[in-house]
This record gives sequence, C-alpha cells and structure tokens, in this order.
Amino acid sequence: MDLSTLTYIVVGATFLLYIGIAIWARAGSTGEFYVAGKGVHPVANGMATAADWMSAASFISMAGLIAFNGYGASVFLMGWTGGYVLLAMLLAPYLRKFGKFTVPEFIGERFYSKGARLVAVICLILASVTYVIGQMKGIGVAFSRFLETSYEQGLFIGMGIVFIYAVLGGMKGITYTQIAQYIVLIFAYTIPAVFISLNITGNPLPQLGLIGTMADGSGISMMDKLDMVVTDLGFKEYSTQLMGSKLNMFVYTVSLMIGTAGLPHVIIRFFTVPKVADARSSAAWALVFIAILYTTAPAVGSMARLNLMNTIQTGPIGEATANLEYAKAPQWFYNWEKTGLLKYEDKNGDGRIQYYNDKNPEMAAKAEAFGWKGNEMTKVDRDIMVLANPEIAGLPNWVIAIVVAGGLAAALSTAAGLLLAIASAVSHDVIKGMINPEISEKNELMASRLSMVGAIAAAGYFGLYPPGFAAGTVAIAFGLAASSIFPVLMMGIFNKGMNRQGAIAGMIAGISVTMFYVFQEKGILFIPGTAEILQWEGYTKSWFMGISVNAFGAIGALVNFIVAIVVSKMTAPPPQHIQDLVEDIRVPKGAGAASAH
Amino acid sequence: MDNNASKYWQANVRLVSILLVIWFVVSYGFGIILAEPLNAIKIGGVGLGFWFAQNGSIYVFLGLCFYYASQMNKLDKQFGVSED
Repeated sequence: MDLSTLTYIVVGATFLLYIGIAIWARAGSTGEFYVAGKGVHPVANGMATAADWMSAASFISMAGLIAFNGYGASVFLMGWTGGYVLLAMLLAPYLRKFGKFTVPEFIGERFYSKGARLVAVICLILASVTYVIGQMKGIGVAFSRFLETSYEQGLFIGMGIVFIYAVLGGMKGITYTQIAQYIVLIFAYTIPAVFISLNITGNPLPQLGLIGTMADGSGISMMDKLDMVVTDLGFKEYSTQLMGSKLNMFVYTVSLMIGTAGLPHVIIRFFTVPKVADARSSAAWALVFIAILYTTAPAVGSMARLNLMNTIQTGPIGEATANLEYAKAPQWFYNWEKTGLLKYEDKNGDGRIQYYNDKNPEMAAKAEAFGWKGNEMTKVDRDIMVLANPEIAGLPNWVIAIVVAGGLAAALSTAAGLLLAIASAVSHDVIKGMINPEISEKNELMASRLSMVGAIAAAGYFGLYPPGFAAGTVAIAFGLAASSIFPVLMMGIFNKGMNRQGAIAGMIAGISVTMFYVFQEKGILFIPGTAEILQWEGYTKSWFMGISVNAFGAIGALVNFIVAIVVSKMTAPPPQHIQDLVEDIRVPKGAGAASAH
Repeated sequence: MDNNASKYWQANVRLVSILLVIWFVVSYGFGIILAEPLNAIKIGGVGLGFWFAQNGSIYVFLGLCFYYASQMNKLDKQFGVSED
C-alpha cells in the first residue's frame, strides 16, 4: 500500500478514536468540564498529563534540535523534565489542597485581590496563546504535508478537530482522549527509535544504543563515530558543542524548568486527582511517561544525524565518487524538497551533493582543494528530522504513517489542554469571578465553550499568518510563564508574609521585562517591523550577558522574586485569615473535592 | 500555627531542600558546570557529563519524585495529617 493511503488510514483511525472518546465522555457540569469531576486515577492522570505536556515541540522538534545542537540541546532534555520535580515538590500538592479550579483563582484568593487575579489571567492568556499558536502551526504543517493539502486547508482541518473534542468534551473528555493520544504518540516515537538503534548499534534499547558501539564491527562507539563524522566535515563536535555559552545553557535550563512548573495547563492537571497524596504521585507518574520519550530522544537525534551524514557522504571525504549523486538520492530527499524544508543547490555543478560546514575556514580551504564550491544542502529544517527519520533509515511505510499520527496526537492534545486553560481563565476567573458572580452553571459552561471558540479562532488567525515562529515560540511561552506565574505561586505557598502588593508588582515586573526583551528582538506582539521601536543605538541580539530571548524567562522570574519581596517588605503584611489559609494548604488533612467556592 | 503542624512543615521543607540539592547537582552540576571534567570518565561510549545532561539527570529526577511521594506519605501518617 502506498504511503499516503496508509497515512490516511492510520491518522483517520486514531482521530475516530479520539472523537469517539470525546463524545462518550461529554462533560455535563462545570466541575466535569474543568477538572473531570476529580475522579481520575493518578496513573491515568499522569499519562494524560504527559500527553498534555508533550507537544509538537517535544515530538516533532526536539530530536531535530538535538541532532543539530548535540550536547547544547541538553537544555531541552533537562529543562522539560526537571520542571516536574519542582512541580511535584513545590506546587502540585498545595494547589490540590487548596481545591479550586484555576490558577488565577488561587492567586486571587491567596493574595485577597481581584487585581492579582486579573493580572494572573492576563499572564496566563499571554503564555498560553503564545504556546497554542505554535501547536496550531505544527498541526497545519503536518496535515498539509501528509494529506497533500495546502497549509491553510491543513490548519482548518486541525482547528475543526480541536474544536470538536475540546469544546464538547471539556476536561473529562480531554483526560480520556489524552490517554489514547499518549499511547499513540509513545508508540509512534519509540518504534522507529528501536529499529534505528538496532540497525546502528545492534541494541534494541535506544537508551543503551546511545552509549553503545557501532554494529558495523569497527568496535568504535556510536558517539565517537558521530563526533568524527561531523568534525571531519567541519561541523562542531557533537558531544561537546554548546548552545550559546555555558551561562546561556544554565539560564535556558532554569527558564524551561520553572516555565514547566508555571504553565497553567499543566498545573490544572493536578486539580483532577482525588487526594493530595495523589497529586504528588501523579506528578511522578507523569514524569515516568514523559521520561520514556525524553530518554529516547537523544538516541533518535544522534542516530538521525549519523544516518543523514552517512547518506550524503558515502565514502572518504574528497573522493569524487564519495558524495551522493543527486539523481540517485532516496525518495525522501525529493519529498522533503517539495515542502521547501529541505533545499539542495548544485553549486559546483557535479551532480553530487556536498554537505559540510563552509563557515569553518579550515574546512572551507580543504573543500576548495576538492573542487567544492560551498555547502550544497542550503536548508535542512530541524523540524523535519523526526518525520523524515524513518524514511532516512529505510523503515517500512506503516512506521512512517504511525509517526505522522503520533505527531498530530502530540500537537492536538497540547492544543486542547491549553485551550481549556484559556477558556477556564476567561469564563471562570473573569466572567464568574469578576463580572457576574451569579451566572448559572449552564451559562458559565456556555461562556467557557465560547471563549474556547474565540481562542481557536485567534490561534488559527496567527497560525495562518505566522509571524515567523516555530520551536522558539514555545520556549518564549515558557519564559512568559516562568517570569510571571511560577514565582507568585511559590511565594504564595512558601512565604507566608507575601502580600497582595508584592505579588501584583512582582508579576507585572517579571512579565514586563521578559516581554520587553523578547519584543526587542521579535517585534511588539511579534508583529514584524516593530522591533526597531524598542531598540536603542547599538542594540545587539542577546545583549544581556549573552542570554538569548528564549532563555530570558529565568531572568524575568528573578526580577519577579526580587520586586515582590522588596515591595512586600515595604507594605502591610497579609491579614490573619490569609496567613491561616497558607497554613491550611500546607497540610493535606481536610482536602475535599474542588469546589467553586 | 500549632506545634505539630509547624514540625510537619519543617520536616517537609527539610526533605524538599535535600532533594532539590540533589536535583541541582545532577542537572546543573554534573550536566552543565562540571560536564568537561566528568566527560573524562566514560559510561559506555559517552562522557559522563554528556550522559548526565541527556539521560542520567532524567533518571535521577524520576527517583526523586517517587522518593518524595513515598516519604511525604510517611510524614503525613507520622504527624497525623494524612487525608484518610
């Protein structure tokens, strides 16, 4: 069966499954809509959290980032897992004990202020919408590539699917759908990884393949081989190359970790478990399911890179026949060329492909002697690596079809979770909490669904006219969450003396400096051409200690902490009943089901 | 705050502090700051610093989360603040 028919069948079958589950688990009350009526087992909740968490960025982008950044990409691996440790120990159990529906609701009550709640809602929406745009774009690209439609049509199909199960199902539907999506995506990720690890190292476990030796009988380790192959062509040594500087890697990791712990769509997962003890174990289980993918990713990235290099450079460097002949390139090469994500230009007119680092002067000099006229792989988009990997390794078509289904599962589940967080912030925090507290449950549910529709439309609009972002956008979303939500949640629990004024000032200061730094490079609200307005004479990218915009959330968080503490010291301490509340959330005893009041 | 609850909280904070020190050491310490010297030690075919950054720290994170969950359950019972 040909690839596109097979892809239709596999993707179609998984979608029917998701929609079926969403209809079966339709939410009847606001409690079920927001937090699945609290009846979800910790292991099941952990699995759903993992699907919610692992987006197109984890599934499609990350291994590609690892493939091309080597050691430097460790920031994503540590950052997107280490945050769970913070979540499990610093936030989840206490927020569960507090027993409300949304993150702004906690902030509003803890800081006895509607203003604080409103600021939290704004921060939440900024971070979530930034994140969801990236997912929508991922969905659009994947659909258009594999269903052979235009990007716009792909995006509309994706919006329709998200609409059906997120809007109808609510949290209960989403939780069960996400369990199915986790199973699809983890199979899709690990099957090709096992095949490829077996091919290259003879070890079926990718985690062991990563540290294993080549199966070609040379006795050399896979990593040494890869380091050799890439450095021979003038690229940086895989196992030691940095992302920016060491300091940047450090700060980047901090930013992703605390962003993980501050993203509202992940936090609300821990409101869905029955008990405080379950919130703790649920976070641990979520990390188990995430770790299966995350510990596989380094093997996928390194082996994909090795396969790619070896496919193009087939023999000793410099020999005329040792470079792949374009006319004899494998089919995947032409397929991805069509998408524009892979570009080849025959600069020296020999009909063969030379792929090397022409920016490395030593290598450029050598290449000149070989009669090479520059790197001919003029574009290798990192995001294609996971999708192209099974094709590069020559795996059967059914594996490729499953990978597509897995990528879509990852993107859709995260988009749905984010939409839910946005919807509950608007309907529960703004409409019910501030505008009309007397709203009936039915109308609140309606408002919630309408705000989801609004969010889908907004994300679709930005997805249609993407202001030039992809994986970086996701990191920025983390930075926004890291600099606003995480610090106030943590101080709300661990610092009894933190008051309303401190929390509000901290959130505003943290997210403002982060947005300023980001917009200075990317444009105000990412609108092209507006970046210059914020730049001063002699502005350079990453001007602050060489820290990149994607990593800046950690600095924003630091500003948040400092401002909040200074302001709280200068103003009146929180009233006694708030201090009692903090003491109450610190002990598990007496946690009932979550309630609206 | 009554005496029992404050002792429970102190025990909790102590546990979390110890676990977060380990969390910091394996990721930021072994994976980033000390990566070069550690890379002289090999685990299979890769340097130890590289391994901690890409695989090892994640395994430790998992251990930390489960250990925390089980120790907290013990503390809950010990101080009589458990939910059941």
